[in-house]
Amino acid sequence: MRWRPIAGIGGRPNNKNTSEETLRAVAPSIELAGNVITVRALSKRYGALDGVEALHEVDFSVGEGEFLAIVGPSGCGKSTLLKILAGLIPASGGTALLNDVPIEGPRRDIGVAFQSPVLFPWRSVLGNVLLPADVQRLGRARMTERAMELLALVGLSGFEHRYPWQLSGGMQQRVSLVRALIHDPALLLMDEPFGALDALTREAMNVELQRIWLERRKTVVFITHSTAEAVFLADRIAVMTPRPGRIADLFPVELPRPRSLDVMTHEKFGGYVRRIRAALNAGGGIE
Amino acid sequence: MTRMTGGLVNFVLRLMLIAVTLAVWEALVRLLDVPAFILPTPSSIFTALYRGIASALYLNHIGITLAETLIGFVVGTVLAFALGIAVALSRSIEYFLYPFIVMFQAMPKVALAPLIIVWFGLGLTSKVVNAALVAFFPLMVNTIVGLRSAEEEKVDLMRSLAASRWQVFWMLRLPNAMPYIFAGLEIAMIFALIGAIVAEFVGAQSGLGMLIQSMNFTMDVAGQFSVLLILSVLGLILNGMVNGVRRRVLFWDVSQKVDAVASAQKKGGTL
Repeated sequence: MRWRPIAGIGGRPNNKNTSEETLRAVAPSIELAGNVITVRALSKRYGALDGVEALHEVDFSVGEGEFLAIVGPSGCGKSTLLKILAGLIPASGGTALLNDVPIEGPRRDIGVAFQSPVLFPWRSVLGNVLLPADVQRLGRARMTERAMELLALVGLSGFEHRYPWQLSGGMQQRVSLVRALIHDPALLLMDEPFGALDALTREAMNVELQRIWLERRKTVVFITHSTAEAVFLADRIAVMTPRPGRIADLFPVELPRPRSLDVMTHEKFGGYVRRIRAALNAGGGIE
Repeated sequence: MTRMTGGLVNFVLRLMLIAVTLAVWEALVRLLDVPAFILPTPSSIFTALYRGIASALYLNHIGITLAETLIGFVVGTVLAFALGIAVALSRSIEYFLYPFIVMFQAMPKVALAPLIIVWFGLGLTSKVVNAALVAFFPLMVNTIVGLRSAEEEKVDLMRSLAASRWQVFWMLRLPNAMPYIFAGLEIAMIFALIGAIVAEFVGAQSGLGMLIQSMNFTMDVAGQFSVLLILSVLGLILNGMVNGVRRRVLFWDVSQKVDAVASAQKKGGTL
């Protein structure tokens, strides 16, 4: 974990598309911690001038150790946003900063978990987990110890010499999560990591992710199209609407942690879900 | 246990079917008095096989054809692998080589055998060259297709880790291409044998192909059948060798990519 000096007073960037009220609602503790991610007027257009505008002047920031969920329907540009943050594609306009440095290409201090586990079938569980260590030449001996620790954390002790095809979907996704954490990144980007799992496994993985997050306190940007998943996991939620992709609402979730699955029946929980839906409907997100 | 005895019963049935086929063949040829230069009896084929092996005549020719095939296979596949990598990695190499590749792919490579005999003589070299030429294309095509078949998600993952182009190649593209490469090697091995035999047909002093032709001139049809039998056993052994290595290397390939073989036969399959 890297601690940054406090950003200038009122360092949180303005969000043109959200109401003033939303901005004021942000918890002060997050303000003080300094921003890991700062996104200002970020735009992305595919193709030439008449191309599709995937992102339109998106503004937000993510504080140290904060869990931000981005919710939106398919095609709202949330995966584009994540790819820009991961340095996989360039933005067309605006800036994206990671620890105050512009993201101009892939960076070693970012961990990414994709929608599918993306495991290499010729590598064992341990081999897959150590892939970032191999790519970044961090030394296998040292990292193996860390890998075993993390595998234990996600309940995969004893599976390190199995191969991906011998694991269930949920187990594969845990391996992918450990791989994203192995090089101790400053930022964890997750693109609908549980989207391909069945509903029950998905809930279990949400509980698990919260537990891991509470233990490690990584800064997380979590993309999902599930409103319940977003409210359950996030400190703050950004709601995105499509055509062009923009942030329609941004608000904190004030539910005590650790949250159990019972929280879903809580009245406040329902209120947050309704707020997301309202923003989506107003933005024409759900037809 | 039931499965095992069932397997045994099936095995015995299979052997019996072969025995019955041979018996019917033998009986029909004798009953209908088919001339030996049209269709010999199985018994005369096995006699010819036994004589050939006992007199060490066949062994010499087997050794020569096998050497031509294996050297041709190694030369052809090493070149094909290297060129396949170059084409897959460099757009400009692909751009300039493409017309040549397309022209050669469409051409029946065995039709070059007479020319190759003229250029490289009647000895071992011309057979090796022909075998290598025929073995070359299926592996090259499969190497290119295999190296380009890595899923975009996996490439994105490697890139998100700030992997270099070289690392993407070694850690992702090459292992990912192995099922295609082995499918190509399997075809290349059989093609190399075919290439060696055809070159021997055109002009040779020894080898199983030459033996078949000289037997043809003397109407020794039983002898030809016995050499054909040897060739199919040889083909099985060579194929088994590649398969054995493949099973060890590709233990992780659950699908065993059967479709890769089919596509390779379609694309690089012209002899």
